[in-house]
Amino acid sequence: MAGDTPSRQISGKCFVVRDNIDTDQIIPAEYLTLVPSKPDEYEKLGSYAMAGLPPHYGQFMEPGKSKTKYSIIIAGSNFGCGSSREHAPVALGASGIQVVVAESYARIFFRNSVATGEMYPVECEARICDEFHNGDDVTVDMERDVVVNHSTGKEYALKPLGDAAPVIEAGGIFAYARQTGMIPSAA
Amino acid sequence: MEGAMLHSSYFSVNARPMSRRSSTISAVMAPPQQQRPPASTGAVKHAMTLTEKILARASEKTKLVPGENVWVNADVLMTHDVCGPGTIGIFKKEFGANAKVWDREKIVIIPDHYIFTADERANRNVDILRDFSKEQSIKYFYDITDRGDFRANPDYKGVCHVALAQEGHCRPGEVLFGTDSHTCTAGAFGQFATGIGNTDAGFIMGTGKILLKVPGTLRFVLDGEMPSYLLAKDLILQIIGEITVSGATYKSMEFVGTAVERMTMEDRMTLCNMAIEAGGKNGVVPADEVTYSYLKGKTDKEFESVYSDAGATFIQEYRIDVSKLEPVVAKPHSPDKRALARDCKDVKIDRVYIGSCTGGKTEDFVAAAKLLNKAGQKVKVPTFLVPATQKVWVDLYAMPLPEADGKTCAQIFEEAGCDTPASPSCAACLGGPKDTYARMNEPKVCVSTTNRNFPGRMGHKEAQIYLASPYTAAASALTGFVSDCRDFL
Repeated sequence: MAGDTPSRQISGKCFVVRDNIDTDQIIPAEYLTLVPSKPDEYEKLGSYAMAGLPPHYGQFMEPGKSKTKYSIIIAGSNFGCGSSREHAPVALGASGIQVVVAESYARIFFRNSVATGEMYPVECEARICDEFHNGDDVTVDMERDVVVNHSTGKEYALKPLGDAAPVIEAGGIFAYARQTGMIPSAA
Repeated sequence: MEGAMLHSSYFSVNARPMSRRSSTISAVMAPPQQQRPPASTGAVKHAMTLTEKILARASEKTKLVPGENVWVNADVLMTHDVCGPGTIGIFKKEFGANAKVWDREKIVIIPDHYIFTADERANRNVDILRDFSKEQSIKYFYDITDRGDFRANPDYKGVCHVALAQEGHCRPGEVLFGTDSHTCTAGAFGQFATGIGNTDAGFIMGTGKILLKVPGTLRFVLDGEMPSYLLAKDLILQIIGEITVSGATYKSMEFVGTAVERMTMEDRMTLCNMAIEAGGKNGVVPADEVTYSYLKGKTDKEFESVYSDAGATFIQEYRIDVSKLEPVVAKPHSPDKRALARDCKDVKIDRVYIGSCTGGKTEDFVAAAKLLNKAGQKVKVPTFLVPATQKVWVDLYAMPLPEADGKTCAQIFEEAGCDTPASPSCAACLGGPKDTYARMNEPKVCVSTTNRNFPGRMGHKEAQIYLASPYTAAASALTGFVSDCRDFL
């Protein structure tokens, strides 16, 4: 909000996945009939987030819930590859995920995350998905550009989000464009 | 067997720039090299790639460099039943309930994903598209109202990427955005085409433009005589296996060379279609006489082809001698898990699927029918056929297959014991609602001509999908195992 820089520090429990988590695993195609711009269907999308993951990753969403107990996802390389469905970052955001820390992202997923402002897609210099475990207490600090695993006490460098950060903070490209006067405020 | 000389360990060679060649392995794909590309048009001060030139024109600039962010004007925006309703929702929310789209003749709306299903929300989504198209007088809306019989819907096309080409919406030099990652298929026409999300599409719907980062280009030079048993699908699986599913992330993939020049438009579409499976922003083939002859009678819009300049800078250049390649598959669960089809001959399969924007075009079915006809045998596993569009479906029933005593593809499929060709749509390529035709509801093994084999892609999380060419798919249907199509051709 005006003059106030919201804190770019996110703390919570992390959920860990590895490489090439594609959008079918983030939100299986059978749920794409849900339209993200409809509020009740947005909620529903959240309840199906990560429903396509192989079971060995553990339980992301408890049965019957629409919010996950995790607020951070730790991932390997090429997170969000596959389809261009915006339902993927939306489902994660709707489920309560605030930030994903991955080695790298697929292009369209990264772009959709910024455009929607649903969650921060941050890149880490190191391959931390091999060192983190589900439920570890983690802080993602996008002011110092580090991620801290409180369960192990270790700290790792993040790549700065640059100009994408304020867009996500504002709530997506439309909100950012209005906030900065690029497009007129909604009537 | 030709190609048997290839050492299988070749396939572990990394595609990153290599300083030396192995002394014992005859590489199918030469190490990437920086070198001056072959001929191109015109004298220019600032050499650019094909993709850079299209984006320069579309952003009203005389020159561009990769990494630059530019506002690009769209020539066409395509959306479908899965992402259209969300895009429309964003457009209405951001531009107002009474806002008009930027150009009613430049938006193409194609229901294709979840059509032949009893799922109420899926049906509602097509209704949303219809209401919006009517309200906005959208010129190109390919509607379906009678789901019981697709033939009762003359406007209905089917899979958007194939329909875009068949209906003349793909033109050289233009910029096409679509709310579907396989929008890159249209790069086959020498245009810039890429997939976007709902929010970006909502923005384009209102303004006709979008902010894009100019991609650098990987160039793939495919030379040599294409063996009779290979199809474009083998080439793109070969390339993805080489550079991995993220090898072209943020990059353009340009396909050139004598093998590409000899390809049909549908072959080129297969090649460009899977650029996204390597993470690519777009795939592109320079337009030529093959392109122009395909376009004849499909569009009366003027267009201007552009080509990479001699001296344009490519991130990397890969040279591939296609004459040395063998039929390949991508093993579960990633499109870059390349293996020779003959090395998977012990993999027992439960079904075969021929369909989608990648492998459901007329020529894909012609290839499958040709092999089945030559073999004269029955399939050993259920074989599902889903024509991409209504036109493809008609071709299967109306077009006599060459050298097959006047038989049509449909007749050959019936004789071989395949399932009757289904209603055109995306169908089970991406699973979809539970009642989707040929969806994998059990953890079975499928050889498929589609594009992705990540866990759960065709339905069940533990289902195993082997991506393959239509030849390989048909051969595998005859044996019940992943098979080498050379055994039948």
